[in-house]
Amino acid sequence: MATTVTSTNVGAKKEIDRGGGPRFPGPNGNGSRKRNGSGDPLFEQRSSAARYRIGTWVAVASIAMLFTALTSAYIVRAASAQDWRPLAMPRVLWLSTALILFSSITLETARKSLKQLFEAAYVRWLSLTAILGVGFLMSQLFAWRQLARQGVYLASNPHSSFFYLLTATHGLHLLGGLLAIVYLLFRKRRPRADELAEARRLAHADAVAIYWHFMDGLWIYLFLLLFLWRSQ
Amino acid sequence: MGRALAVIIWILTLLSVILFVSKKWWFPPAISAHAPALDRQFMITLVVVGIAFAAAQIGLGWMVWKYRDTPNRPAATYTHGSSRLEVVWSVITAVIFVGLALMGQSVWASLRFNAAPPGSYQVEVVAQQFEWNFHYPGKDKIFGRTEPELIDEATQNSIGLDVSDPNARDDQVGKLLAVPVGRPVELILRSKDVIHSFWVPPLRFKQDLVPGMAIHVHFTANKVGKYELACAELCGQLHFNMKSVMLVLPEDEFRALTEMPPGKPFIDRITELRDKYKLPEEQ
Amino acid sequence: MSDGTHDAVHRHEPPKGFIRKYIFSLDHKVIGIQYILLALVAVLVGMIMSVLMRLKLSWPGTSWPILGSLFPAGAPGGVMGPEFYLSLLTMHGTIMVFFVLTTAPQGGFGNYFLPIQIGADDMAFPVLNMMSFWITGVGFVVLLAAIFFSGSSATVGPIGGWTGYAPLSALGQIAGPGQGMGMNLWIISIAIFCVGSLLGALNFITTLLNMRTRGMSLMRMPLTCWAWFTTAVLALLSFPVLLGGGILLLLDRLAGTSFFIPGGLVVSGLLSGSVKQFPLHTGGSPILWQHLFWFFGHPEVYIAILPGMGATSHILATFARKPVFGYRAMVFAIFAIGLLGFFVWGHHMFISGMSPYSAMAFSIVTLSIGVPSAVKTFNWLGTLWGGKIRFTTPMLFAIGFVSLFVAGGITGLVLGQTSLDLPMHDTYFVLAHFHLVMGVASIFGMFAATYFWFPKMFGRMMNEKLGKIHFWITFVGVYSIFVPMHIMGIVGMPRRYSEFTQYRFLDSLHPLVVFVSIAAIITVLTQVVFYFNVIWSMFKGQKASDNPWEATSLEWTTATPPPHDNFAGHPPTVYRGPYEYSVPGAAKDFLMQTEPETAEAPLGAEGISEDGHDGHKH
Repeated sequence: MATTVTSTNVGAKKEIDRGGGPRFPGPNGNGSRKRNGSGDPLFEQRSSAARYRIGTWVAVASIAMLFTALTSAYIVRAASAQDWRPLAMPRVLWLSTALILFSSITLETARKSLKQLFEAAYVRWLSLTAILGVGFLMSQLFAWRQLARQGVYLASNPHSSFFYLLTATHGLHLLGGLLAIVYLLFRKRRPRADELAEARRLAHADAVAIYWHFMDGLWIYLFLLLFLWRSQ
Repeated sequence: MGRALAVIIWILTLLSVILFVSKKWWFPPAISAHAPALDRQFMITLVVVGIAFAAAQIGLGWMVWKYRDTPNRPAATYTHGSSRLEVVWSVITAVIFVGLALMGQSVWASLRFNAAPPGSYQVEVVAQQFEWNFHYPGKDKIFGRTEPELIDEATQNSIGLDVSDPNARDDQVGKLLAVPVGRPVELILRSKDVIHSFWVPPLRFKQDLVPGMAIHVHFTANKVGKYELACAELCGQLHFNMKSVMLVLPEDEFRALTEMPPGKPFIDRITELRDKYKLPEEQ
Repeated sequence: MSDGTHDAVHRHEPPKGFIRKYIFSLDHKVIGIQYILLALVAVLVGMIMSVLMRLKLSWPGTSWPILGSLFPAGAPGGVMGPEFYLSLLTMHGTIMVFFVLTTAPQGGFGNYFLPIQIGADDMAFPVLNMMSFWITGVGFVVLLAAIFFSGSSATVGPIGGWTGYAPLSALGQIAGPGQGMGMNLWIISIAIFCVGSLLGALNFITTLLNMRTRGMSLMRMPLTCWAWFTTAVLALLSFPVLLGGGILLLLDRLAGTSFFIPGGLVVSGLLSGSVKQFPLHTGGSPILWQHLFWFFGHPEVYIAILPGMGATSHILATFARKPVFGYRAMVFAIFAIGLLGFFVWGHHMFISGMSPYSAMAFSIVTLSIGVPSAVKTFNWLGTLWGGKIRFTTPMLFAIGFVSLFVAGGITGLVLGQTSLDLPMHDTYFVLAHFHLVMGVASIFGMFAATYFWFPKMFGRMMNEKLGKIHFWITFVGVYSIFVPMHIMGIVGMPRRYSEFTQYRFLDSLHPLVVFVSIAAIITVLTQVVFYFNVIWSMFKGQKASDNPWEATSLEWTTATPPPHDNFAGHPPTVYRGPYEYSVPGAAKDFLMQTEPETAEAPLGAEGISEDGHDGHKH
């Protein structure tokens, strides 16, 4: 008889008509969280740290949905119109791409340093990430200026509308990530921090990293969508 | 309390059913070829819906009547349900519901999957805020060119007809819709500004007119008369007053109308016809 | 902060000071009440608007002097103009859908009871929670401000319906009254609301996944929690789409882009690009807006109704003194409704000019969404079957919910069919359908929830006698309002008409129109009883015990009202499912979720025997 601590998704092999009623997990079965079995003393600590990661993934799903909506609008608009005039890609976007790719690497290095308790290296790499992030935004702004100088504005044609809109929306979200990095920089290691506070600090860093890498991937995606997607 | 609730639920159910069954207020009599099939589908659906509605409400009333808490009632039955029942009623409802959805497609397919049959009479409908314009191709059966730039309310060129186009010479434009009886009609629906919707209740037919699109739809009207044409999509302040009429004319009367010279003679003639026929409600 | 052992009591001290405690509070319970208060204000505004609309429809030319002085532009001389009616309609829809049906069930009751029902001390992110409420509040203020931006034309607010179809909503002032600043504010308000809801959804999902107490497995959660969770997932995935669409719409209006505005438009006699206030637009797609809007709009319907379904299941089981019939099927049904809800948006667009083949596909998926809805209904009936029903006010409203959900939902079988949509689209039949199922049924769910949880929230019972008066009149009232509307739809009465005087085919309906208006006025007036009951009971109601309904879920294990951290530093441990009523052999007819299994004889010492657990039903 499969009577594990967490029988929510185990032990269904034998066909029993449960009549749709709830199954009975064993006493102290802690939800579906197997590893935290019964009466885990570190339960509160782990869960309170884990929530930042979970929350960030949830936020990422929602932002992905926003860009999915804009993408579908982009595809519909590109397919239906005769007024679509593809933009000449501003060259500086390659620089943006390089900067943000590099920033993901530095952020990972920073996170690794934090895990290994190299506090100074952590701060150093984190600062570098922030600088790269600022560089990315500057580079995007520069691309806008290049286009504006060619007389291509938001309302010039659908492709330019989408270019400005998508880069601005992405930029705003990245700015949020940048603020989060600055927050991490201010959250220095406290001299007498307990385990929970440290776990939380690591979880914060993890959360920022998830978000930042997502922004990185999102930019690559937008870059490809804007300049490789061939309508007509 | 349980009994009172059951009775109220039953009374409300009964009154609702009576309101539907009495047909004191109902569809206006149909005037289109596809309407009987559509009405039949509606009745089948309504019967299914009505039975399900009544059964659920009667059952609900029965439950609250029978299982109300009285001093004599034994403890509630301890059960968490039955997987078999869940499967049975899921399958039954799925068969009924999807079956209805599939049945409903035949009228839809006949109207929307095929282009208008050859020999259909074409009329272009150009909606604008709170007015309908109808563009008839005239004797040559070919529509003249229209351009938004040429639209000029001052000269009454409300659809932007290009008079320099030879095809446009005999094109008639008016504010009333006339179609032949018993012959397929193809409407080409366009809008000058916002979304409108073409709605003639006895025709059982509705279609949005979307700016930037020319939507082709077809139907066959089979009863001579005059019917009200309404806008069914919110289009602005005077949406409630965006009305016109659809005249379904006998073939000879209709042919004579299409051969009228455009402009005043045509408009006078169609106005005469409008006054000749009466709305079903006025008869 | 923590000494690392779970036995120790680590209480979070409640904040001191009025502002931190009641205004910018981080406590999910206070935030929940704030949401409910917001919804109570919003629903009052929305109801008054609906009464004004009924007055206009039934007695079109009549002068109402008070209106004349309140809205000199919209109702000159007290006679409501068509644009006044249309802006009332737009505001009524927007307020009700967003600020009532989305805030009260989810933001209000969900915020208050989700953490308690899973045994958590608060939401996962209290600061975010506070922000989501205040952002929503700002959205409401902006929406109300939209009424008062009349601009140059004689209007009182945005005109576009709650769906704001482009290009009417995208063209700006040139498209007539109600398209100026008010419309901008309407869009901004909705965008703000989206952000607030997204923060809320993020919080709900994280809280539920992360903060369940010991023993609270997913399948031991009350159905309310499943409903709130699914609702949050729907909100999380659908609001971004509306937000994206709203941004595009705003850009079309303010920046001259052409996402939704096609070329060659001639509006009010002016050609696009010929004048400054009507810049050149080319190639936009009006149907794109409908796709984006309904991709959000359809899940939104379930956002409104799912929490009501959850509360109804919860309350039916409590007062039938029976476990929920088919708990598992209920959970699957909630999920199926949520999932399918993302693939049916096209049924709002059968006659929009969309491909007839996709219309057919949408139609079939739409009717299959009826299956989980029917499964829920059957299970509610199954829950009542063999029960020992106590007719308290919350129970009456929960039963009313079932009745109304059936009455309103079942006509979806008509509207979901492509061919039947031809005569029915945009008529009063649609209006009746969605008002019953999404509006009234959800509201009944919320009434039930209010009467049920009020004692826990405020420590006092609501007055049963007033509650019952409220129920009887409201229940009969809503049937009287909305059933005749189906008939109007069959005759062909179009929605969103400010008057029916122009059409002869609608003349015969006048008696019904007047009947509905009278029923509506009576029903709305009855709500005064509810408001009075809420306020009166808050101060004068009979004191409530910790578990006045003899219910089983965790909110009834803690004090009434719950302390700041919900369980006074002792997070509960859960041993059993949420609806263990009338367990044979047990001392009482209910077993709390926190009661160790040994208390229950038939399950044996370990109590894990699944056969034994189910043995009673055969």
